Amino acid sequence: MPPESQTYRYLTQPEIRFLDAAVERLIPADDLGPGAKGSGVTGFIDQQLVSVWGSHGRNYRTGPWPEGTPQQGFQSRLTPREIYRAAIREVNVHCLEQYQKAFEFLAPREQDEVLKGLESGAIQLASVSSKLFFGLLLRNTMEGFFADPMYGGNRDKAGWKLIGFPGVPASDYNDLIEEQNVPYRVEPVSILDVLQERVKLDSQGLPKHVKLKDEGRSGR
Amino acid sequence: MTPTKLKPVDAVIVGTGVVGSILAKELADAELKVVALERGRVIDPQHDFASPYTFDELKYDRHSDIFQDLSRETITFRNNAREVALPMREMGSFKPGEAVGGTSLHWGTHTRRFLPWDFETRSRTIERYGKSQILDECSSQDWGLTYEELEPYYDQFEHLYGVGGKAGNLNGEIQPGGNPFEGPRSREYPNPPSSMNYAGTLFANACRELGYHPHVNPVAAQTQAYTNPYKLMLGQCIRGGFCSSHACSMGAKANPLTTVMPALLKQANFELRPLSNVIKVNLDSDGKRATGVTYLDAAGREFEQPAELVILAAYTFNNVRLMLLSGIGKPYDPATNRGVVGRNYSYQSAGRVTLFFEEKVFNPFMGGGARGTAIDEFNGDNFDHSGLDFFGGAYIAVASSGAMPIKSIHVPPGTPRWGAEWKRAAARYYQRNLTVRLHGACQSYRQNYLDLDPNYRDANGLPLLRMTFDWGDNERKASAWITKKAEEIAKAMNPSLMSAQPTAGHYDIVPYQSTHNVGGAAVGADPATSAVNKYLQSWDVSNVFVIGGCNFPQNSANPPTGTIGALACWAADSIKDLYLKRPGPMV
Repeated sequence: MPPESQTYRYLTQPEIRFLDAAVERLIPADDLGPGAKGSGVTGFIDQQLVSVWGSHGRNYRTGPWPEGTPQQGFQSRLTPREIYRAAIREVNVHCLEQYQKAFEFLAPREQDEVLKGLESGAIQLASVSSKLFFGLLLRNTMEGFFADPMYGGNRDKAGWKLIGFPGVPASDYNDLIEEQNVPYRVEPVSILDVLQERVKLDSQGLPKHVKLKDEGRSGR
Repeated sequence: MTPTKLKPVDAVIVGTGVVGSILAKELADAELKVVALERGRVIDPQHDFASPYTFDELKYDRHSDIFQDLSRETITFRNNAREVALPMREMGSFKPGEAVGGTSLHWGTHTRRFLPWDFETRSRTIERYGKSQILDECSSQDWGLTYEELEPYYDQFEHLYGVGGKAGNLNGEIQPGGNPFEGPRSREYPNPPSSMNYAGTLFANACRELGYHPHVNPVAAQTQAYTNPYKLMLGQCIRGGFCSSHACSMGAKANPLTTVMPALLKQANFELRPLSNVIKVNLDSDGKRATGVTYLDAAGREFEQPAELVILAAYTFNNVRLMLLSGIGKPYDPATNRGVVGRNYSYQSAGRVTLFFEEKVFNPFMGGGARGTAIDEFNGDNFDHSGLDFFGGAYIAVASSGAMPIKSIHVPPGTPRWGAEWKRAAARYYQRNLTVRLHGACQSYRQNYLDLDPNYRDANGLPLLRMTFDWGDNERKASAWITKKAEEIAKAMNPSLMSAQPTAGHYDIVPYQSTHNVGGAAVGADPATSAVNKYLQSWDVSNVFVIGGCNFPQNSANPPTGTIGALACWAADSIKDLYLKRPGPMV
């Protein structure tokens, strides 16, 4: 599990405050459970930005860089970490002009307005496509909320509990797969749970899932 | 830099995927001295693919190091020749592999044979409907190789890979429970079919109500522990998801590492050289004969490996690119419609209907890869196309592939992409939806092709391969019409909500679709329209064999790997039984 006080390797404090506010609008906390902020998605994004992916280390990075058609995909000469850095600053510039406040101080309704403006491209940023930035933000937020918790998001497996995903599988699904309309509700198991033997393992090294007592929790 | 010239060998094989591993084993068994060159790294499955690390969707679905490293080499893409092709900078529509074992390390294991019709697409379509059924620009053609000729090799490959399924046609006799539309098979599958899950059962019941013949997909994720003809043991699939695009920690997924390599690596006349990137096939002065290949090792040193026989067994893109870089065969020119290398590049069309239920829970995380239930009524020429403005078709299936949470959350149409409403819908419907999916054929067209890009280069300074591709009207029309059929099935399943999406508009390289890139080095009976003859031997350089998905003159609806495996077995026998006895052009 990530520590209570998350440390960041790439993101600066203003960027963290921006992302905490933004990802929480994308997946808000509510009566179903924690949102993206509470489940550590900002920390996940920080990890992704320092990873090979954050600098597009396995992507083709040679020019020229014409814009291309939407079907031709990602063509920015900026890497994801550069896009986050430039876009967050420029979105805050927009917010200060429009609302006289940085993004994190806006009312939720105003924050949604800004996010929708980025999503549609209605808000234009100086150095990066707003749609491209929003697409990365939404993608990384979903990844962080639902990826294995070892990447810093999905804290306490909140994303998996929300939808009823069991994580690392048990080895007896073959016995259950023909059952009809019998919900399989178990305490989700992460990779770290297995490594740290927080779950009992069977002879194949796979976890023995623990059935959930509270039927109402997941998949409502 | 002068390359270091190595000692000659009998056969050099480029790539160690499904094709390269089988060719290496079969030729080594025939006592040839064989070297296989693989651009990727060695995989030690016990440690590389160990539990619980394989159960990691983020890594394997997006960032895996068993996928091609695009920083060194990618392709460029455009929808049509009026556009400037731009590099595929990030993995998207397809995921070629880069490791010993190739792309099949992360395949979904669907091993459906092509229909007999698929091999004679053009002549049978004209025979039944007349020439007007085929668009002028459509270049789909017969293979010059028939289902009957390949049947023993399908059988060989299915036994090598331990495919589990139920025969639908045994020696011409239709079998209950199988696919009645398949070509006649000489034997049952080596392993039993998968059991059907809840979603599959609902789909099968709806199909039966409509008079169709549902059957389970044949898969090479072992349905029971299995020992293959090379005496290698595979484990039983636990249907724990994390399958397609993932590596299997259970040793249940048939691929070169589980079915061939452990036996092959024991043979003294075989040598595997990983991290060895072949950049050229070398030809003699008149270009009629290959003398070997040139490759770069991990340190970038250049080597020349002389060989009597050169087998190109890389992914579709690299086989075609190596032919173009080496001057083997005439490059295709769409302006004149002449030339063959790069001609008839094709892909896989689709279409889907997503169904949402209120009271049904599917446990969608149980399953694996290509597990699923399908009908074949609308595939190939299994239905009458009279009066329809397309030919070919799709099989329709409900997959049980193990729904991973990052990529498999579906919400009803009209739900926002994010926010509180999205969250509520995701929580409610992740387990209460299923998708009826079309897996469609893709015909070939004069305007869809592969060639060398004039602007972008790889890390070695060589031109990237350029893909010019868009959906044809035939595919859009077929998908629209068959998606309607899928909607009828969907309605019979009584969902509370559903949404249909046929293949439409322009082909988009961004969202993942399938790693079913085919064509560019088509097999055929006529050297004017094919790059290799029926033995997959280059028409122009007779000691070069080019084998793989690149041989498909157009794509079947059915997934390619089973047929690629059959082609590998067929080519291996042809080389052993015919070519080695009398080297030279076989046709």
